[in-house]
Amino acid sequence: MTAQVQTIRSPGDRGVWAWITTVDHKRIGLLYAVSAAAFFFIGGLEALLVRTQLLGPNLEVLSAEAYNQLFTMHGLTMVFLVVMPIAAAFTNYFLPILIGARDVAFPRLNAFSYWLFIFSGLLIYSSFFLGGAPDGAWVGYAPLSTQLTEVVRMDFWTIGLSTLGISSIAASANFIATAFTMRAPGMTMLRMPVFAWMSLVVAFLLIFSLPSVAIGLFQLFLDRNFGALFYAADAGGDPLLWQHLFWIFGHPEVYVLVLPAMGIVSEVLPTFARKPLFGYPFVVFSGAAIGFIGFGVWSHHMFTSGMGPIAEAGFGVATMIIAVPTGVKIFNWIGTIWGGKIKFNTPMLFSLAFVAMFVIGGLSGVTHAVVPSDTQQHDTYYVVAHFHYVLFGGAVFGYVSGVYYWFPKWTGRKLNETLGKIHFWLALIGFNLTFGPMHVLGLNGMPRRTYRYPEGLGWANWNAVATIGAYTILVAFLVFAWNIVRTHYLNKGERVGNDPWDGRTLEWTIPSPPPVHNFDETPIVHSLDDFWHQKYAENEEGRAVRMPAVTGAADDQGDIGRADHGTPEGIHMPSPSYYPALASLGIAITGGGLVYLPWGFAAIGVGVVVMLWGLFGWSLEPVTKEH
Amino acid sequence: MSDVAVTDLDHTEHADHHDVKPVRKTAMWVFLGSECVFFGAMISTFLLYRNTTNGGPGSEIFDIPFTSASSFVLLMSSLTMVLAHNAFEKSDMRQTRIWLSGTALLGATFLAGQIFEFTEFIDKGLTLPRSPFGSSFYMLTGFHGMHVALGVILLAAMAVLSLSGRLYDDRGLNVELVGLYWHFVDIVWIVIFTVVYLLQI
Amino acid sequence: MTTDTEELVEAPAEHDADHIKHPTPKQYWLIALILAVITAFEIAVPSISAFDGWLRVFLLFFLGGVKFAMVVALFMHLKFDKPLYRAFFIIGLVGAIAMFVVVLLTFRAI
Repeated sequence: MTAQVQTIRSPGDRGVWAWITTVDHKRIGLLYAVSAAAFFFIGGLEALLVRTQLLGPNLEVLSAEAYNQLFTMHGLTMVFLVVMPIAAAFTNYFLPILIGARDVAFPRLNAFSYWLFIFSGLLIYSSFFLGGAPDGAWVGYAPLSTQLTEVVRMDFWTIGLSTLGISSIAASANFIATAFTMRAPGMTMLRMPVFAWMSLVVAFLLIFSLPSVAIGLFQLFLDRNFGALFYAADAGGDPLLWQHLFWIFGHPEVYVLVLPAMGIVSEVLPTFARKPLFGYPFVVFSGAAIGFIGFGVWSHHMFTSGMGPIAEAGFGVATMIIAVPTGVKIFNWIGTIWGGKIKFNTPMLFSLAFVAMFVIGGLSGVTHAVVPSDTQQHDTYYVVAHFHYVLFGGAVFGYVSGVYYWFPKWTGRKLNETLGKIHFWLALIGFNLTFGPMHVLGLNGMPRRTYRYPEGLGWANWNAVATIGAYTILVAFLVFAWNIVRTHYLNKGERVGNDPWDGRTLEWTIPSPPPVHNFDETPIVHSLDDFWHQKYAENEEGRAVRMPAVTGAADDQGDIGRADHGTPEGIHMPSPSYYPALASLGIAITGGGLVYLPWGFAAIGVGVVVMLWGLFGWSLEPVTKEH
Repeated sequence: MSDVAVTDLDHTEHADHHDVKPVRKTAMWVFLGSECVFFGAMISTFLLYRNTTNGGPGSEIFDIPFTSASSFVLLMSSLTMVLAHNAFEKSDMRQTRIWLSGTALLGATFLAGQIFEFTEFIDKGLTLPRSPFGSSFYMLTGFHGMHVALGVILLAAMAVLSLSGRLYDDRGLNVELVGLYWHFVDIVWIVIFTVVYLLQI
Repeated sequence: MTTDTEELVEAPAEHDADHIKHPTPKQYWLIALILAVITAFEIAVPSISAFDGWLRVFLLFFLGGVKFAMVVALFMHLKFDKPLYRAFFIIGLVGAIAMFVVVLLTFRAI
């Protein structure tokens, strides 16, 4: 099977240049994954430094300046450079395969999204070496973010987030077009796996929410560099406008971060409970409902800004309502594992932990919907505890579960189970040690984004516990990294065939790793969980019984019965192209120039020329070139 | 089981993956939906600051007859654009080229008018740093102007490409997609003309 | 100037069903004429004192909306195209209007 893969990849497909020019959605997915993993360790290191500073009262491990930069960059990194790209990695790799397509709708646009993402990330991180990183928090509230004009720090943030936004909008339009136009025959919308559905919802969320913050960022940029007065209160500007523009994006954004993880969990739980997902349409529609209602709750981040009782009541009620579809999902997951033959392996453990931790985070979230209660909690560590329970114990656990689940598909090898379980328990314990105490700290009045705290407030012990927990998380993820290195790079992992988990969806019908063209033959889909129904029939008691060797694809030995169809030479896959990387490099150079106005204009000139060169070359070149 | 598959084949809109055009158009309409939020954010910023002149000039300096003329020019460019698309559909490259060039020319005229208008306003003391009104006015109309400029570049590029017969249906740069973009830029101006100019006097 | 004679002799077989329903160049000119007349009326509205107050605001929004809808439906072919495109555009448009009206309401700006 591996031999077959190697015959497909010609020698020209190897090396750095092949990765730069690749338009293969699987390779781009892996690029996203590796980049996100690198940023995850950087962002985690920043968090560790922050936690070390807070270990005890009145410590001075870091300067206040460094502390501000670190917590800002931690938030920025984890949201935009870790969780969004890891979601993009899974979507890139699996959305086309799950719907039976050979690639995304626009392979080159896909490459463009990746390169713009990585260049934007590098642009933002270059700030550490160019006078200091952004230090006005990831939300960058005006007028704090407009007044720090003596340094360029917050411009790295305005420009970097804007170019990341372009990347995300391009990727989202791509995924929407893919899901609507590239589905295999018979793959109706309501036969799409839940993960594909959640990716689609996320793409819509990004498409309709990013423009709002992009305009806000541009206004901040004009305020900082051209003397515009959007947020200058003394001239009649209203800084609250920024909060609206930011949170119209920012609240849908939290669903952007968590919905793909929910999609992964909805794939993992049925596989290892060996039961179909309980109430598939409910899971799908509640995901869509979360996305839709998510656009109507942004002001619950602003309950202390004095919007008036009507707005506060309205947004409070909307926030309570959004807990309903979320609860529907929780019950569906519980229904899925109820009475199942549960296999407690690492992907399953992480998915179960996702459900549990997300319930805790969801419940503390509902307390924010109550305006008087929120007024007490606002800007305290209680909020930090809440969103880490949904975004770390929730989203990150979900993605880690996805890594364990799909790693065999990526590499043809399973991750080690023992190391995986060590990773899981250390991560779960470390996570709860870190963020559990923050509920108490917050309710005891400890403000977030605080550099130091005095003795005698009763905060010292819980802060020490939290810091110990943070180091436990570090150990846990070092085990994870070692597991991946050992399995993949040292070739010590157990080799597996197409379908190691006895899966339900289309990705398990093709070789591991999949060939460039994914499917030798475009599959024809007859039902939800089609692959499962090919393998199993129901007996009179409603139990699944394995059908006697229906297709060779169900066999771990490889794709018997399919190999004689369609050679890779016979399938026209899009040709590699360096134009997408060139165009995004141009945009990044332009962005770098914008940070350093006025003498950055030279860089802007160069950047625009490079960008136009890339874009025109791209739009004039045919998708598939004759060799 | 197999009959299910057959009926579903009929209902799958895009069973043919080689039919590239709807794929591009799907993405284009998604993008235009997104653009609505872009301009929505800027128009509402303008509405918030429409009276916040900070002691500087306000909407009384608008020259409605002049702006009406340039609005009319942009509106008519939508006609020439749709005629270009019509000619392209019928593979009439000469007509396509004429109407594309005409659209680009009308767009350039609109831009020239906007530059003239901006210099007039700056002379009258309305600048970006003068007031939140000025900031939001220039950002909104300037952003729209940048869209027009990009459209003019694309139209001109297509007119040039058609000379060497390199105007294809199946490339990112094609008449229908640029047409959709151009009409969108036009309808945004319809809104701006109503909300920013006519309603404020 | 126009190519409407060609349009009439155009064999339907050469085009897919989508394009047959599109307006002819003659109709495009007619649409443009209507748009021009509406614009002329729009420009006149602010100077007609009978329309002062809420009626003026209503008329300007109404006329602008008609122009907007005509260009989207006829020039951009949204009337003839897939309902999916209509959904994308309308979600963006209605969503943007709804969200930003709420924002302006919280500022008591409208």
